[in-house]
Amino acid sequence: MATLTQTPTFTPDSRSLQGSLLIRRIGKAILWITPVFSYLFLWAPILLLILFSFNAGRGTFAWRGFTTQWYSNIFSGTLGAEARFSTELMLNALSNSLIVGVTSTLIATVIGTMVAISMTRGKFPGKRILDGLLFLPVVIPEITQGVSLAIFFRVIFEFIESITGARILPGVGTIIIGHVVFNVAFVAIIVRARMSNMNPRLEEAAGDLGATPWQTFYRVTLPLIMPGVIAGALLAFTLSLDDFVVTFFNKGVGSDTLPIFVYGMLKTSVTPEVNALSTLMLIFSTVLVGFSLFLQNRKD
Amino acid sequence: MNTTLAKVKLIEVIKEFPLRRGETEAVRAVNRVSMEIYDGEFFAMLGPSGCGKTTTLRLIAGFEQPSSGQILIDQQPMQGIPAFQRPVNTVFQDYALFPHMSVLQNVMFGLEMAKVPRKEAESRAREALALVRLPNAMNRKPRELSGGQQQRVALARALVKRPSVLLLDEPLGALDLKLRREMQQELKTMQAELGITFVFVTHDQEEALTMANRIAVMNAGEVLQIGTPHQIYETPSTRFVADFIGETNFLDGQLIAIQDRVGRVQLDSETTVEATLGSDQPTIGQKVTVAIRPEKVALHAQPELVGAGGVAVAETGLIGRVESAQYLGTDSRYTVKIGQNTPISVRVQNTGEMTPLSSGDTVQVSWDTRHARILLH
Repeated sequence: MATLTQTPTFTPDSRSLQGSLLIRRIGKAILWITPVFSYLFLWAPILLLILFSFNAGRGTFAWRGFTTQWYSNIFSGTLGAEARFSTELMLNALSNSLIVGVTSTLIATVIGTMVAISMTRGKFPGKRILDGLLFLPVVIPEITQGVSLAIFFRVIFEFIESITGARILPGVGTIIIGHVVFNVAFVAIIVRARMSNMNPRLEEAAGDLGATPWQTFYRVTLPLIMPGVIAGALLAFTLSLDDFVVTFFNKGVGSDTLPIFVYGMLKTSVTPEVNALSTLMLIFSTVLVGFSLFLQNRKD
Repeated sequence: MNTTLAKVKLIEVIKEFPLRRGETEAVRAVNRVSMEIYDGEFFAMLGPSGCGKTTTLRLIAGFEQPSSGQILIDQQPMQGIPAFQRPVNTVFQDYALFPHMSVLQNVMFGLEMAKVPRKEAESRAREALALVRLPNAMNRKPRELSGGQQQRVALARALVKRPSVLLLDEPLGALDLKLRREMQQELKTMQAELGITFVFVTHDQEEALTMANRIAVMNAGEVLQIGTPHQIYETPSTRFVADFIGETNFLDGQLIAIQDRVGRVQLDSETTVEATLGSDQPTIGQKVTVAIRPEKVALHAQPELVGAGGVAVAETGLIGRVESAQYLGTDSRYTVKIGQNTPISVRVQNTGEMTPLSSGDTVQVSWDTRHARILLH
């Protein structure tokens, strides 16, 4: 190789070489500028939100110095000079969010994992179609999902009322069911990806060594897909905490979740406490999703 | 080896896989396979990829269920008995070691499933790892081991269960040549010492010939011939077997006479050769192939002897012309044209008795008719 480079076969025209070098530099600069501006555009509103959550001024967007007062306001229960923020209501919304998040995540993780396993290992007619349908909850507009669930619940509840006379109202339960619906798909897709990377011979090997199908599942299959299951659960939990549309259409009185609570506050005015609360939610979600991605990409 | 009792017996086993899109006929991976594998035997299933040998092994292991036919292990019908209840263990081609368990946990897994007490399980696992000469890797994860070491763990994991039959699916396929030779020796020794029946799937004819007590040659889902390496090599029953194992000359012609199981085959208008009839029963006038191994053909550099007062040099005598000559050290390889235009390759050991031939030489070509076989075309 060294001898080859020592004997160049042609001498390029130096002027055209400089010209092409300039073009290359511009090209490189564009390659750098494009993502910087795109990300700036994406993140500027959020950066602004974080910035103003530390702004000492209230009611105005002009910078009046650094403070962490709004963060302490969230938890202190004091309502500030203008009584617009109720810690009690926020904690109630937070507890609803956590109840919905944890419950729907647990249910969706179990169902989603089962779906993923049967989609990877099972052999049955119509599997291809079902496999495609798995992505449906991910792609259909959330508004459609929210409205269709609301109609569905109404039909069911009216039917039950007509038979038993018992009147059921939407609330935390309907929100949980709504969240399970979209979360099952996300969990199933993530677990399925993990599972399709798994060597099917491993399960055969376990059976060959005398493990019953159930033993094979919890000694071999489950430990190996566990990172996928946890990643799916974390994503489901995040999606559930962040969800607004499905929740909005299926909530009842007193079953507001945190996003709904924030929306309710915004209807009056943007308070600094909302900025602070949103920032906390952002950090929490980012950590969860980051951890989920870490688990998905981890090698055995 | 006990040849009176079949350890594994397959009776007319058929395995069809369901139609997939774009296929008009169901794929018959295993077609009416019958075989008996004896107790303590090293049995090889040999064939090209896609011949059904691995599927047959998977049927014995219980990973697949036959579409029809019967499989017996230790005289027990295996119909409906899942893999985890069969007295066989498998060494997989890609080893299939559990990546989340240490080497020791991998080897102990089968014993745990059999509810062997922990202490005993651990000492047996250590024994098995010592047997495969891997006693110092117990706490490592499979991914930290080399291919050869993983192979040993897979072997230990299967052997520790003391199976009635050990199934090996191309276990040496992923190893480099040197390691493969070593493992071949070790497996052979181990099998002889343990007395466990080995059923070994391979596409490597040399591996099968050197290791197995008996070989089943398979192609297109069917068993073509079952026999000792000697039988398979010396008396192949079909053209495929003769072609797949070792090197063979195929001389196409017409059968014109049969006498005492020796047939005379006309290659062209002026050339006839003699060969022994195989298990096929060709009739006179039928198109046949004469199969003869290169090393079974003799060359004599004295063409004047032929016909000179009936000197019987051999049972078949032909005049040929050396087309090409290759000197390979221990032996020489020639391509000799006989008759009007039939090339045959010949391998002659360089014993020093014959002066090397060069291309253009006229030679007498002969063989013992017992070594040439008439097969159906």
